[in-house]
Amino acid sequence: MLTRKFTAMLTLIILTALLWLDLVNSKPLDPFRAPAVLALGSGQAGAGAHCAALPTAD
Amino acid sequence: MSDISVPAPRLPGGLTRATLIGVALLAVLSLSAAAGLRYGLLLAIGLGFGLVLEGLRFGFAGPWRAMILRRDPAGLIAQLVSIGLVAIIAIPLIAANGTELIGAHAPVGWAMIGGAFVFGACMQIVLGCGSGTLVNAGSGNAVSALALPFFAIGSFAGAYHLLWWTNLGTAPIVALSGTQGLVITLVALAAVAGLVLFLAAPGTRRLPRRLWLAAVLLAALALANLVVAGQPWGVVYGLGLWAAKGVTAFGVDLSGSGFWALPTNQTRLAESVLTDVTSLTNIGIIGGAFIVAVWRSGLSARLPGLPARAWIGTIIAGFLLGYASRLAFGCNVGAFFSGISTGSLHGWVWFAAAFAGSFQGIRIRRALGLDG
Repeated sequence: MLTRKFTAMLTLIILTALLWLDLVNSKPLDPFRAPAVLALGSGQAGAGAHCAALPTAD
Repeated sequence: MSDISVPAPRLPGGLTRATLIGVALLAVLSLSAAAGLRYGLLLAIGLGFGLVLEGLRFGFAGPWRAMILRRDPAGLIAQLVSIGLVAIIAIPLIAANGTELIGAHAPVGWAMIGGAFVFGACMQIVLGCGSGTLVNAGSGNAVSALALPFFAIGSFAGAYHLLWWTNLGTAPIVALSGTQGLVITLVALAAVAGLVLFLAAPGTRRLPRRLWLAAVLLAALALANLVVAGQPWGVVYGLGLWAAKGVTAFGVDLSGSGFWALPTNQTRLAESVLTDVTSLTNIGIIGGAFIVAVWRSGLSARLPGLPARAWIGTIIAGFLLGYASRLAFGCNVGAFFSGISTGSLHGWVWFAAAFAGSFQGIRIRRALGLDG
C-alpha cells in the first residue's frame, strides 16, 4: 500500500528534475550580477514579476 | 562530566532532524554563493513559510471550510490578524519607499471577480489554495501532488490569455495608502473579524495559541519577503513561470502572448527560476512542509482510495486554480493576503468573490467523492 512518503518523494524528485532542466536551459547563475541583498534601501526599482502586476507595455 | 549521551532522534528513511536542517541550510548557503545572498535569503524565507504553515497547521482553504460548515472562526480570524499585522508596517513602508517596494496592487474587473469566484470554488474542491497546494504536496498529500502540475499549467495559460480577459472590463487600480489607507484597512479587517465572531458557533471564539503564533510568524515572514524582494509574498506567478519555461525548453515561441512577450517576463524566462522571487519562496514552502512532515513522522499515512471522478476532478480543479488565479491577479496569497495587507481594493473584492465560490466548491467536493 502506497503512503504519503511516495507522493512527497515523487514531488521532490520532479522538483529537482525541473530545477536541473532549468539550470541547463537558462543563463548561468552569476553572484556578481546579483541585486542588493535587500530591495529596501537599494535604490533599485522592483522587477514587477508578481501575480498582482497588471501587464503593461511600459 | 557525564558520559550519558542522548541519541539523535531517528526519522523514517534514516533521516535525522540534524540532517534535515543541515540539508536546508546547505541549500540556502549554496544558492547564496552561486546566485547571490538575496536569493539565498528568499529561499530561507520560503522554507520559513513552509515550516510555519505545515508546522502550526495554518491554512486558508480549511479555515474557510470550517467557518462555512461548522461556524468555527479560529483559522479565518488568524488570517485577518496576520494580514492586519503586515498592513501596519507594509502600507507606510511602501508609501515611503515607492520606487524600491511595490504592493500587490491590481485592478478590479469582470474577469478578476469571476477568477476569484472560480478559485474559491476550486480551492475547496482540492482543499488547497495557492500556498496550501504547495504545502500539501510537500507533505505527501496525493490530491495536492496531482493538482500542483496542473495548477502550474493553468497559471501559465491564464497568464497567456490575461490581456484578453482584462480587456473585457477593468477599473483603474485603487490602492489605499498613507495613514488614512492604513486606518481604513484595519477598520475593515476588524469589521470582518467582528462579523465572523458574531456568526461563530458558541464556544468556538477562542483562538488556540498555535494560530496566534502562526499569524505573527507569517506576518514577519511576509514583511521579510517585502523588504528583501521589493514585492509582497506571491505564489502563482512562479508556478506559471515553471510551466512557461517548460514549454520554451521544447522550443515553443511565446512571443505571441502579450503577457509572456513583455520584457519583464522575457527576462524571467531567460534567467533561472533560482533568481525568481516567487519561484524561490514556492520551492521553500514545499521543502519546509516536507521537513515538518518527516519531522513529525507524518509520511507513513496511507494514500486515500478515491473514486476515479475524484482524481479527474482534481486535475480539472488544479488547472482552474492556476488559470483563475491569474485572471484574479493572485490567489489567497498574492491577492487576499498580500493585496489587502498592502492596501489594494482588489484584495477585498477577491475575498468576497472567493468566499462565495467556496460555498459552491464545498458542494462539488462532496459530489466528486473527495470527502472520502
